Amino acid sequence: MLGIVRGRIARGGVNASSLQKIRNQSLIYASSRSYSSASKEMTVRDALNSALDEEMSADPKVFVMGEEVGEYQGAYKISKGLLEKYGPERVVDTPITEAGFAGIGVGAAYHGLRPVVEFMTFNFSMQAIDHIINSAAKSNYMSAGQISVPIVFRGPNGAAAGVGAQHSQCYAAWFGACPGLKVLAPYSSEDARGLLKAAIRDPDPVVFLENELLYGESFPISAEVLDSSFCLPIGKAKIEREGKDVTITAFSKMVGYALKAAEILAKEGISAEVINLRSIRPLDRSTINASVRKTNRLITVEEGFPQHGVGAEICACVVEESFEYLDAPVERIAGADVPMPYAANLERMAVPQIEDIVRAAKRACYRSVPMAATA
Amino acid sequence: MTAAATKIIQPLPLNFTNTTPRSPDKALFHPLKTTPSSSFPASTHKLRLTKPNSTLARRRSTAVFAVSDVVQEKKPKSNTFHPNLLITKEEGLELYEDMILGRSFEDMCAQMYYRGKMFGFVHLYNGQEAVSTGFIKLLKNEDCIVSTYRDHVHALSKGVPARAVMSELFGKTTGCCRGQGGSMHMFSKEHNVLGGFAFIGEGIPVATGAAFTSKYRREVLKEGDCDHVTLAFFGDGTCNNGQFFECLNMAALWKLPIVFVVENNLWAIGMSHLRATSDPEIWKKGPAFGMPGVHVDGMDVLKVREVAKEAINRARRGEGPTLVECETYRFRGHSLADPDELRDPSEKAHYAARDPITALKKYMVENNLVSEAELKAIEKKIDEVVEEAVEFADISPHPGRSQLLENVFADPRGFGIGPDGKYRCEDPKFTEGTAHV
Repeated sequence: MLGIVRGRIARGGVNASSLQKIRNQSLIYASSRSYSSASKEMTVRDALNSALDEEMSADPKVFVMGEEVGEYQGAYKISKGLLEKYGPERVVDTPITEAGFAGIGVGAAYHGLRPVVEFMTFNFSMQAIDHIINSAAKSNYMSAGQISVPIVFRGPNGAAAGVGAQHSQCYAAWFGACPGLKVLAPYSSEDARGLLKAAIRDPDPVVFLENELLYGESFPISAEVLDSSFCLPIGKAKIEREGKDVTITAFSKMVGYALKAAEILAKEGISAEVINLRSIRPLDRSTINASVRKTNRLITVEEGFPQHGVGAEICACVVEESFEYLDAPVERIAGADVPMPYAANLERMAVPQIEDIVRAAKRACYRSVPMAATA
Repeated sequence: MTAAATKIIQPLPLNFTNTTPRSPDKALFHPLKTTPSSSFPASTHKLRLTKPNSTLARRRSTAVFAVSDVVQEKKPKSNTFHPNLLITKEEGLELYEDMILGRSFEDMCAQMYYRGKMFGFVHLYNGQEAVSTGFIKLLKNEDCIVSTYRDHVHALSKGVPARAVMSELFGKTTGCCRGQGGSMHMFSKEHNVLGGFAFIGEGIPVATGAAFTSKYRREVLKEGDCDHVTLAFFGDGTCNNGQFFECLNMAALWKLPIVFVVENNLWAIGMSHLRATSDPEIWKKGPAFGMPGVHVDGMDVLKVREVAKEAINRARRGEGPTLVECETYRFRGHSLADPDELRDPSEKAHYAARDPITALKKYMVENNLVSEAELKAIEKKIDEVVEEAVEFADISPHPGRSQLLENVFADPRGFGIGPDGKYRCEDPKFTEGTAHV
């Protein structure tokens, strides 16, 4: 059922009632995790919520700030239940002033608190980007280590379904270019929990890029992940699927697409290795290069705009470090170089689909299919 | 109309230490004056000061609102049959039709959304029609409006055909933005609708720029008769945003022909205006920047219209901006994905009883301006218009594949030069690529 649901999400055909259904299904899964069963599942939403909850109870300096995080339980219900538990001083509903409250968060972090600032979507972070880059990212450097900024900026990033050009941009590449920031992009619930906890405990500013369409997805989760001290290292990628013919790197929602593409490719005899980057900055160059040296072919997948994107950086680093190992040019799959259109069919064309990954993999393996092919 | 009744008092000059609008008796928009009883549908001030135990009582008890006195003091222009009314029959029918169009259209949007024909974010305007109709129906075609994501009805009032808006919402190529903008981004060059912005506060500097253009054309380019006015519509939440204050300052400084219209519906998504704002009386922010601030009952289209007339004429005469706070309410949730659980049902019921459409209907019928049958005929006509819009949108085609890469630039050579040395847009296969592979 979830597979079909995921497919519908991928085709951009989700509307309010089906989103509600997806959420309801995820709630059912979430509630079942408290009963012991052989394989536990958890939605990304619950993973984030539980991570926030645990970190807030462990450290009284952690507080959450953002629009609708309190009484509305979070615009996407990520901070559900936190207001009742921790009170309005620690779960702060703000007026609609991104520049204002991001700046306030940075100021609080200068003085030793650990804010978690939520942007309703990262598109709105552009109103606050001066604070993220100039006040937060550069401060430790400019003060020669005197002022560190242990702040987390989190929120959904990238395209949702039918929300138009101003709500759909992926900011991984923009934030990934800035020294002083750490940029994380979780995919599964395990990633979400582990990386958010690591981000909150980290003494530096962290930009935590979630994905709205992944919130309702359920992933199997081990008992170790549910432990409250579970933490994932920042800067380490994960090999989601081992393979030997071609390396596919992806982050966030595209990891799911890459895994499905890998299954399709497996049927055609191409064994693809899928790397979940997890961390955009610092990028895990050694894992990527080790994988390319094994498979000799690379495809990078991302949802954002192609120019100066994450894929461009990965390609450059592989060419610099593993040039002799490459048997084929690096293929870069990115979103279309246009502002996100509203019409459903155009939107589908503007975002990478599974078929695009499959085609690129086949090209990298020299299995025909030339460049400007029609679907 | 007497001069005294229609003149909006100028704020005190800056060398006065007292900068509040509590100026001598001629003050029209006097903050402390209570409302005399009015023959129009429910007056503002009764609303907020009742019910001490409800959420509304979080307002400071000293708050008394400036109510538009223009309505009480002005002498209505005489009209052969109805000497004491504010509108003629034709005007009344026009206002009624526009409000019914807005309401029916939004109701139809909700239906279409739940049937899956519309998707993404849809923000409906039910309940706030008096503001859109009251202001926009006074504009000329060359005047501009700038709105937020709650922009369907602003576009309709300005003259964008219902079928173009509906097609846009369905994502079809016959929409006003060819399906590329969507619900939150309605643009029309022909009708001077400058958007449709998703970010709150984003439209205000854009509107201020349009007003700047109007003044520039008159003074620098010497188009002496250019007196275009711009209206910027935005909500209560926006009034805490930095861009709002920056633009109030510049508009007043340069005396730009703009009216800042605040549609104060008391709620952001689930965040009440009272919890978000240190001083909830938005109209007060106008005088702080040197422009008049007016508060008006936004559920009463006639009151809104009177205030709007004055503000728009002021701008047209070159006297500068005005900040108008319309107290209004949205009957539905913030968007169609909002379950709307945080608002008190008694508050909703209170405002539902002040529905601007029923109020206007009651006024016109009681004053024998129109008969019920004529109003029914209008409702039927609008139903047909909206149904036709839906049919048109349904049969319209989806955008073609090649449309993905169109309109990114006005000059498509902006896509640069391809590997073969020619401009990429000249390659006939250019539009075949989709996601960048």
